[in-house]
Amino acid sequence: MILSSNNISSHSKTDLHVLWSLQVFAVVAGSLLVLVIGFILRESWPALSRLGLTRLFTDPGWFPTEHSYQLTPIIGGTMLAACGSILLAAPLGILSALFCHFYAPPLLGKWYRHMIELLAGIPSVVFGFWGLVVLVPLVASWHPPGPSLLAGILILTLMILPTIMLITHSSIAQVPSAYIHSATALGLSRWAVIWHIVLPVSRIGMLTGVFLGLARALGETMAILMVCGNVVQLPSHLFDPIRTLTANIALEMAYALGHHRSVLFMSGLVLMGLVLCFVSVAEALRHKANHAIAK
Amino acid sequence: MDDTQSTSELRPTQEKAPGFQSWRPYQSAQQCCEPSTHFQAENLSIVYRKHLALQNVNLEINKGCITALVGPSGCGKTSFLMSINRLTDLILGCQVSGRLLINETDIMAPFTDLLHLRRQVGMIFQKPTVFPFSIRKNLEIPLREHGMCDHATLASSIETSLQQVGLWDEVKDRLNQPAQGLSGGQQQRLCLARAMVLSPEILLLDEPCSALDPISSGIVEDLIVSLRGRYTVIIVTHNLAQARRIADYVALFWAVDGIGQLIEHGPAHTIFQSPQHELTSAYISGTRG
Amino acid sequence: MLSPSNTIGETGATLMVWTAVTLIATPFLWLSGDLLWYGWHQLSINFVVSVPQNAGREGGIGPILVSTGLIMTVCMAVAMPIGLGTALFLSEYTQNDQVSGRLIRGSLDVLAGVPSIVFGLFGNAFFCQLLGLGFSILSGGLTLACMVLPILIRTVEESFRAIAQDQRLSAAALGISQRATIQHILLPAAIPGVLVGCILGLGRAMAETAALIFTSGYVDRMPTSLMDSGRALSIHIYDLAMNVAGGNSNAYTTALVLIGLLLIINLSASWITKKWTTLNQLPS
Repeated sequence: MILSSNNISSHSKTDLHVLWSLQVFAVVAGSLLVLVIGFILRESWPALSRLGLTRLFTDPGWFPTEHSYQLTPIIGGTMLAACGSILLAAPLGILSALFCHFYAPPLLGKWYRHMIELLAGIPSVVFGFWGLVVLVPLVASWHPPGPSLLAGILILTLMILPTIMLITHSSIAQVPSAYIHSATALGLSRWAVIWHIVLPVSRIGMLTGVFLGLARALGETMAILMVCGNVVQLPSHLFDPIRTLTANIALEMAYALGHHRSVLFMSGLVLMGLVLCFVSVAEALRHKANHAIAK
Repeated sequence: MDDTQSTSELRPTQEKAPGFQSWRPYQSAQQCCEPSTHFQAENLSIVYRKHLALQNVNLEINKGCITALVGPSGCGKTSFLMSINRLTDLILGCQVSGRLLINETDIMAPFTDLLHLRRQVGMIFQKPTVFPFSIRKNLEIPLREHGMCDHATLASSIETSLQQVGLWDEVKDRLNQPAQGLSGGQQQRLCLARAMVLSPEILLLDEPCSALDPISSGIVEDLIVSLRGRYTVIIVTHNLAQARRIADYVALFWAVDGIGQLIEHGPAHTIFQSPQHELTSAYISGTRG
Repeated sequence: MLSPSNTIGETGATLMVWTAVTLIATPFLWLSGDLLWYGWHQLSINFVVSVPQNAGREGGIGPILVSTGLIMTVCMAVAMPIGLGTALFLSEYTQNDQVSGRLIRGSLDVLAGVPSIVFGLFGNAFFCQLLGLGFSILSGGLTLACMVLPILIRTVEESFRAIAQDQRLSAAALGISQRATIQHILLPAAIPGVLVGCILGLGRAMAETAALIFTSGYVDRMPTSLMDSGRALSIHIYDLAMNVAGGNSNAYTTALVLIGLLLIINLSASWITKKWTTLNQLPS
């Protein structure tokens, strides 16, 4: 910061070169987002201008060879999988963060946290592979066919749980211990302290985690591609196979041409919009939480 | 300790406050306290991760009296206080040994009902710790958790407890506003009300005035004096003048070779006028500590 | 840590917490146990160096490791200078409230949230088609570079900002040029942070699959140049699991290799961070 050009009286030639080259790098990095959005827009433009957004909902179905591009079942499947996994992962993640802080013996709590960090580091393709080899047959033995919405929800739950758990964990750690001590001194039981003090005080942090988890669940590709069965349909129950936006792109990009390809880019645009919405909500919440702490 | 003079100067009306006229320091022990033991520590030792914080404390505390625990920092006063409601359980690596008897019942026994114990023993901390909710909710949480659900009873309990600490008139119109908007002194009184709303028998006060300005500190101190007779009050203080003003009994703790010990304990006038131990006289005269 | 329960609600809550923990720990242990059990017995030097045969059902992962290495090299070779330069620019030449800094930071934050499949789409449209690189290691590496830039820049910038302002002031007071200050004072002090940023970025790139499917391609031959299509480890697992019947046992071993590499990467990042913080905490 001290180096900003007006602070230094002597502008040697090399210094200017350094500043210019750094500026070039910064401009490249800063314009990357514009480039990404621009290219996705450019590629989806034929579909956007010729077909329009409405056809994504009014066409008879998803038959790219017959130029019929209805995305409703795919968007529905995406939403169902993401919402289902958040419904499972949010309580599990919050409970396990509470476990580390209030229930576990210190050493076990530390191990458990490390385990969750390891879980966060497992690549999605490995989750997908394990889901395909272990989870899908398990679901099939309960209720065929196996590759299903349920399998997708379960795998996604495992994948977004670390996000929710780790963020909740750190926001609980920020609850002043004085609150916990004085609540305990009032004769509140462990759960009463959690319910009345810890959860309300750290709720913004928890919400941040939930929204980031939701964003991650929506954007997840590989695991869901491998365990969900990829049938384009609105599922009537948990054991029906589904196809998500991400899986649709991954499956059909390889051979898509013309309008089909353009529609796939458009669905990528829709997906990016959805994910960025949730990420910005999470960022706004994080901002709010930081302000609350600073106050 | 240097502001004690100014504190009493700032409150010239203290002696004239209604209800306090009859109170005189030094003689109060005989006047106010029944000589029955309420709380007793036997061979109490506290260890923090292999470091002995407090060794072999034997102390009896009488019912309805104000007992001040004095001494320099790091001599185990606060640890002692926190062991009385077993808040030491919350601190990692802290082990308490010995016996603590409240009304002849050992609270260190393995199957002690801690929730009942903590309802019986209220505690106030050095910094006011109001929860970041409304004033009403701060008082409702403990009441509801201890089984009071009826709205009318809740409201009347809240009013009574706020009146006890002289806060009712100041906050009755804004019970639903955040408690953190109150001043430091008001927050500390709210904490006191929150502890008293459960009608405990013993009140533990951990330097309740040290984080407050002189005026608020005076108000809180008057409040503590008004508790005499109804509650057994154990107060930790660094402020010798405060102990002199309010205490019936004084216990001096001292860290000898880094290990906290109870040096002397007795009625306030004995301790202040004819201390038995040389450390006590040195501490009181201000040459040590 | 808090008082033991004595009511039904309290017991219920405790039960709930322990159930949740068991529910999470079980699949984790199951997954890692499975990987070790089915992957370990095949893992050998031979597996690591030999060529996949019969669509990957037999043989090893030699060329795939080489392709992965090349993709990572391209990715880091592009991301490191851009990341380092941008981080230096952000930390040394912009204040927190300056428009240019806020714009760049904001756009990087948004970029960090973009799903990886969208990066794949972008890479396909930009690198493969517009720049005419086709399905190649180069396109894959460049796509991954775009993806890891935000995390890289964030970590490196933080490590530059952690350097005490005194050092810059005293350098300026000695009349040292900006280039020399950066080269001799800031860079050496921030090296651990830069390393950690690169390692974290590398970890993220290595775990990625979706962005590579239609940028670096599927070909499992030994690559001869950067313009060849090359199959990354993660894609190999995907292909074996989805498209090759009977490929599971090799997929397990490949997954074990991938996770092993990621573990080494993450452990070294945390080791460096630990080492660095203890060094900084030494009394000067």
